[in-house]
Formats: sequence, structure tokens, C-alpha cells
Amino acid sequence: MLDLTPKEIVERTALRINPAKTCQPVGAMYAALGVHRCMPHSHGSQGCCSYHRTFLTRHFKEPAIASSSSFTEGSSVFGGGSNLKTAIKNIFDIYKPDIIAVHTTCLSETIGDDVGAFIQDMDIEEGKYVVHCHTPSYVGSHITGYGNMIAGFIRYLSRSTGHKHNRLNIIPGFVNPGDMRELKRILDLMEIPFIMLPDTSGVLDAPMLGSYTMYPPGGTRINDIIAMGDSPLTLALGELTCEVPANELKRKCGVDYKLLPLPMGIGATDRFIMALSEFSGHEVPYALEEERGQLIDILLDSHPYFHGKSVAIYGDPDTVLGITALVLEMGMIPKFVITGTPGEAFTGKAQEMFDTFGVTGCTAKAFSDLFELHQWIKNDRVDLLIGGSYGKQIAKAEDIPLVRAGFPILDRYVHSYMPLLGYRGAMRLVEMILNALMDRRDRDCADEDLELVM
Amino acid sequence: MKAQGLLLEERKGFIHHKGRCGSVSIRCDTDSLSGAVSQRACVYCGARVVLNPITDAFHIVHGPIGCASYTWDIRGSLSSGAEWYRNSLSTDLSEQDVIFGGERKLWEALSEVARVHSPKVIFVYATCIVGVIGDDVRAVCKKAEEKFGIHVIPVMAPGFSGHKPVGYRMACNALMELISRAPGATKRHGSVNILGDFNLAGEIWIIRSYLEEMGIEVTAKITGDSSCDELMHAGEAELNIVQCAGSMTYLAKRMEETMGIPYIKVSFFGIEDTSQSLLHIAQALGDRKAEKKACELIARETRALKPVLRRGRELLRGKKAAIYVGGGFKAISLIKQFREIGMETVVVGTQTGKKEDYDLINSLVREGTVVLDDANPAELEYFIREKQADVLVGGVKERPLAYKLGVAFLDHNHERRHPLAGFVGVRNFVKELSLSVNSPVWQYVR
Repeated sequence: MLDLTPKEIVERTALRINPAKTCQPVGAMYAALGVHRCMPHSHGSQGCCSYHRTFLTRHFKEPAIASSSSFTEGSSVFGGGSNLKTAIKNIFDIYKPDIIAVHTTCLSETIGDDVGAFIQDMDIEEGKYVVHCHTPSYVGSHITGYGNMIAGFIRYLSRSTGHKHNRLNIIPGFVNPGDMRELKRILDLMEIPFIMLPDTSGVLDAPMLGSYTMYPPGGTRINDIIAMGDSPLTLALGELTCEVPANELKRKCGVDYKLLPLPMGIGATDRFIMALSEFSGHEVPYALEEERGQLIDILLDSHPYFHGKSVAIYGDPDTVLGITALVLEMGMIPKFVITGTPGEAFTGKAQEMFDTFGVTGCTAKAFSDLFELHQWIKNDRVDLLIGGSYGKQIAKAEDIPLVRAGFPILDRYVHSYMPLLGYRGAMRLVEMILNALMDRRDRDCADEDLELVM
Repeated sequence: MKAQGLLLEERKGFIHHKGRCGSVSIRCDTDSLSGAVSQRACVYCGARVVLNPITDAFHIVHGPIGCASYTWDIRGSLSSGAEWYRNSLSTDLSEQDVIFGGERKLWEALSEVARVHSPKVIFVYATCIVGVIGDDVRAVCKKAEEKFGIHVIPVMAPGFSGHKPVGYRMACNALMELISRAPGATKRHGSVNILGDFNLAGEIWIIRSYLEEMGIEVTAKITGDSSCDELMHAGEAELNIVQCAGSMTYLAKRMEETMGIPYIKVSFFGIEDTSQSLLHIAQALGDRKAEKKACELIARETRALKPVLRRGRELLRGKKAAIYVGGGFKAISLIKQFREIGMETVVVGTQTGKKEDYDLINSLVREGTVVLDDANPAELEYFIREKQADVLVGGVKERPLAYKLGVAFLDHNHERRHPLAGFVGVRNFVKELSLSVNSPVWQYVR
């Protein structure tokens, strides 16, 4: 497998091989699916919409519905305005959403379609909404698109009436529905009323109850998005993903925000919970203290099996930083830490973590790809890989165990229903890491060394 | 009528209910309606699916990262040799490149590939953006060929320039360019090229094994498990057999015009079509011995399948099928395959079928069957429910729809790992169908 990956590393500036990221629009589509009765709309060629839906379907094993403007050669020359108008009318007629969230593609961006103007010219029924955001695929990556779409919802809908309520805004970062559920559980334990945007729990992890609904019961309500303008504070989780929407809310409605890393591992989850406690003035309930204690207990009990092992981590910037934090807390060595998303802030934060924990010889790189990672690993082996499904080729070629965490995971099930955030999410990730390393140990040891008690 | 509220006025022409007498006038083979959630993909997608299985080619996608990352190793086409096609290569265009032009980056990318690896052939796919910003991809490719001495072939497939079948045509043009670069060689008597099979789950190997048993040599496989060298020999075959007519008839026609190689249409799905195709191939080659061997093969395999079919009929008789696949030939074969095990097709549709496909489909199905072109999930949902189908055959976007409706599913898409072609395929087909239809999980849902 992958025999043609040479060990000798050659500098590449123009060619991307085996990317560790994808383009903006799919992030926007995912964010839009987190709003109740929302139809995401892709303003571009049909291929884009098709591929994005397929990508999401393969990760969540759920239907992902979105519409397309179906650009033709004509629209690319004369502009996609009429396609968009026809599309919006048809979508409201047939699929009857409450809101349509339009995102652009590289095509519509390059020809300069003024989507905002098209929408303003439309006749939209009272009580229905059409919002848009700009997501050119040649800027940033899918997480940029995710942030842009949330900002789009806020820009159109959130309003400040002057009367603040007591609900906390939460922007959850590019995470699975299982993670969003975990955040909500923690907020409920802290007895904090909140508005979460977006919220794909109940949408992309909807149960099978015997009948199919196009708009599952989950998703942020439009009224709540409007009410976000009157919140006292926004917590944006994911420093490299959520600043844009948090800032938009501050700019438009004057709502202050705190940018926090994704609550993965002990330190970051502590910071999240302390921020919650500071906001509400409540003490942290024993239930959460207990979970934290359980996590630490587990790490103490099992540390001989993972201490000092080296890991390569790849994927989305905030998720990778979160996993790196946990891995460092466990006493493992994050030898290679990469993301495909461009942006030097990632490398800076990773380096800070290396310094804080006193590890040397580790490399962090943004705007990288899996081919490069494979070449590094060929020259300097690691004990474990953590990331999405596309790392399995490296795992197989180099015979290294792979723990699947992040996006996309196309070849396993259940993962999107389960958390990686919070103490419980950390316990889950620790379990997966331990199972991978200990299974490997059982597989490779001599018969006489096969232990029953480990 | 409930349908009225669900179906767009403009879509009416694309849906047809079979009446008592034959003819069908269904709208097809046109652009999709804006706002309808079409299951189709774009021109680039069409080109990519045709060319990607070429195992030792370097496929470089010239555009922003999305097009390449979404098509990374998502297919089940298998290789007996090189695996380079399972990587994803892109020029990953940034905003700078879009503004100032991407030609320089493409040139650098080609240089990097040529310097480090020694590819036999590089295909460069132009995507939407490249079509708009006006990169002269052809010129860059030509320059690279001259400098590095390797085949660099542009595939002009920006996503908006039509619909998926246009992509097939662009891919066929690229293939033709490669094939016609071969130096002229003598014809190999009694040999064929297999067009339009992409070796999903090893299906082309199955077809080849039947032909070998009949004493017929396979010169080039286009494009499942193919290599650059193999493709260059394609001009030496005596006959082209075309399975996926939607994507490859265009190439077959061009090869007939310029190289004098005739073609016949075949299908290896189902007992009836597989048997007929094998006989047809032997007859087209005028090979009596091969025909005799074909009869023996068919008799032997059909005999071996009798218990499978009998069991299949016990488990599935009277169940109703819905079909929504990409092209026409597969839908036609599936209708016949279902009949072989006593199942009736009540809904059938394709993404890109042509008029002649729909005429044939219409003649095969019973009265009352619904025929769709370029359907969207709302229509599929409505008709599957109305006709009470028990199973849906389709691809990746149809599976969750089927499961949510509480309907079984058979994966006939390009990721499949179990061969469904040939006589082996019939066994897997019946097994997969009955596993899905009779799964105990449905009793918790229905």
C-alpha cells in the first residue's frame, strides 16, 4: 500500500498530495443543518452540492439534504441570479423550510455574484427567511466555511432589543452531534440556560422511529438566533474556528465574547467549566467534579501502557490542538501534529503546548498534507496515529495502530453519536487509545508473554 | 392529489407512469432544475469516474482543494498492479492564484511530479474556477510534455459546462488522445477491448475470466485495472465491447471512425444479459469455437445457479423493487435480474438516462410502473411509499433515504466491495437482497 511514497523528502510548494482538509462550502452546509427547519443551499455547480452531501452522509451515516442552484455555462457567463431566484421559489414551494441558508462556491465567487443583492430583491414571505454567507473554496478550509455560515445567520437574524436576558450563547466549534449533546449536558448540570448555534444534535444523529422526516426535531430555533443579540455573553469554543461569528455578534449587537479552546482533556475542560461557573456564579456541582476525578483515576491506573509513546495527530486545527493537549496530559509525545488548514496561529499554539509540558523534538505544521506526514513517519516512526479515516492508508502501510477521532470518519460507525469533549469525551478517547495500544501489544507479543491481567 | 403539492410543476415532464400501450415521452438528458435536490453530480465528476481507475496514471486536479478531496479513494475499483490512483493530487489553488492565474502553479506542480516520480501519464483535470479564470491548461500540458518527455493530457471538465455526461465525453476525448498516440501495430485477431467497466470489486477480472475460457483475448480494459501501456495497445483489438453505454459509447464511436474497430453493447448483470452478451461477443467475432465454449460455460453456470435462484424466489417472491441508478444500461439489466427471482419493479429511474434507454425500460416494465429521470429525494420518497416498494437499489445518497423510509437497500454504486457482475454476481445479488429485505431489524420499525 502506498509503496510509492518515497522516504526521501522533497520540498513541495505547488502540489498537494492527500489533503488533510477540504473546502469551505461543506463546513457551511454542516452549520446550516444545525438550524431547525433550515435548507442549506449551494450556489454553484451541481457537483459541489452533491459532493458535500455525500461527504456528510458518509461521515454521519444519515441523509444530508441540501439544494443547488445548478449552474450551467450560461449562468457562469451571465451570473447566477436567475438560478438563485428560481431555486429559492422552488425550495419554499416544495420543501417548505422555515429558512434557506445560501452559501457560495468558488464558481459563484469568482464570477462575482452579489448574492446579498439577489436576496434583497426577492419577495420572501413573512415569517420565512433567506440568509447567505460567502464561502470561496480557495480561502482557508472547511472550518472557515463553518464559521462564515454561523456569522451569516447572526448577521441576518440576531437583534439587540436593549433588554438582556440571562441565556448564555454557545458557539460549539466544528464538532459532532455527540459533542454538542455533551456540551448541553454539562450546561444543564451547571444549571445555565443557553442558546447553542449551530446545534446538529437531533438532526444528524436523529433516531429511527419508523417514519422519515425531512426536518428532524433538532437544530437551533430561529427565535433563539434572534435572541442571541440580547445575551450577556458568548462562549466561542475553538479559537481557530469561532472567532469570526463571535466577533460578528459583538459588532452587531454588542455581545461580549470569550474565545476558549475546545474543551478536550483536563485543562481545557477545566477552563470551560470555570468560565461557566464565573458566568453563572454557581459552584461546580459534584457530578462534574466526580467525572474529572474519574478521568484522573483512569489515567493513573493505566498510564504504564501509554506513557512515553509517540503519536502523530492530523485533522482540523482546533480538534488537533485539543487531542494534542490530552495526549500531553497523558504523558505521551505528540511527535507530529499537522492540519491541512492554513494559518500560522495553529503552529504557535502547538509550540506553546510543547513548551508548557517540556517536550522537545516535536513538529507542528499547518497547511500540511498526509503525504508529507507519511514521509516524516517513514523517517521517524510513531507508535500511534490519531485522526480521520484517510490516515488508514498510512496505518496499513507502516503497520501503526490508528485511533479515529475527528473529521471525516468514513469507515466506522457510532463515532458521531459519541463525544470527544468534556471529561466523558476524554475518557472515551483514552479508552480508544488504550485499546489500540494494548491490542497491538497482545497481537505482537510472544505466546508466553500474553498476559490476562493488564 | 397529494403528489401535486410535492412535485414541482417543471418536473412533470420527467416523470412517467406506464400506461396500457407502449410509447413513452419522457423528458430526459437535460440540465437539472435549480432548487430541485438533484442526485446528480457535475462535469468534473463524470470525467473523474471514467479516468480515475487508470492505475499508474497521476491524476492532478487543477483547482481549489475541494474537488480533489471529495473524490479521494471513494471508489471500489481494484488494481492488480500500481496504486497511484488511490492518492489525491491537487494544485490547491489559493486566492492569489485565482486572481493572478493558476498556470504558474500548475507548471510547478507538474515539475514537482516529474522530478520526483516517473509517471507514464499525467491527467490534468480543469475544474470550475479554472474554466472561469481562463487558465490555458492545454498550453501548460503541452509544454510539460515537451520538457519532461511524458504524456500530459488535459481533461477539460469544469463543473458548470453542462451536466455529468459531458464529463464522460471529455474523459473519452482524453482517452482517445492517449490511445491514438500509440505507434501503429498489427491487429490482434480475435481480441477485444472491454469498455465501460471500472473493475469495482474485481468485476472486470470476472468478465475477463469468462472471455479467456472462451478463448478470447482481452487487449485493453477501459478503464478498470488499466495501465498506460495497456491503453496504448487498445488500437490493436478487433472488437470493442461496451458495458457502460452512457459513459463509453462516445469513445467506441470515435474508435470506430478513426481506427475501424466496431463495437457492440453488452451487459454482465443478471443471467439473461450475461449469457446473451457472451454469445453476442463470440458471434460478433465470427468465432464458432468461442460460441460453443460460451454455450458450455453458460449451461454450466446456469445449472449451478438453479438452487440459488430457487432459494431466492422462496425468500423474495412477490416483493417489489425500486431502482434509482446513474445510467440506463444498469437499470435495464436490473429490471431483468429482478424478474429472474420473481420480483417486480415498481419504480425505476436514472440520473442520466437517454431516450433510447427509457424506451427500452418502458417496454420491459408492467403497467403502472413509475419511470423517473433525474429524480430528487422528495419524488423518490413519494413514489417508493405510494408503490410500497420493499427494496431500493441505488448509490450512496439513496441508502440513508431507503433506511429512513424503512425500506431495504442494495448497494449498486461505485463503492461496492461484492461483485455483482457475471454469474458470481448473481449469487451475491440474491444474497445481499435477501439479507437486507429479510433483516429482522425491520420488524422494530414497521
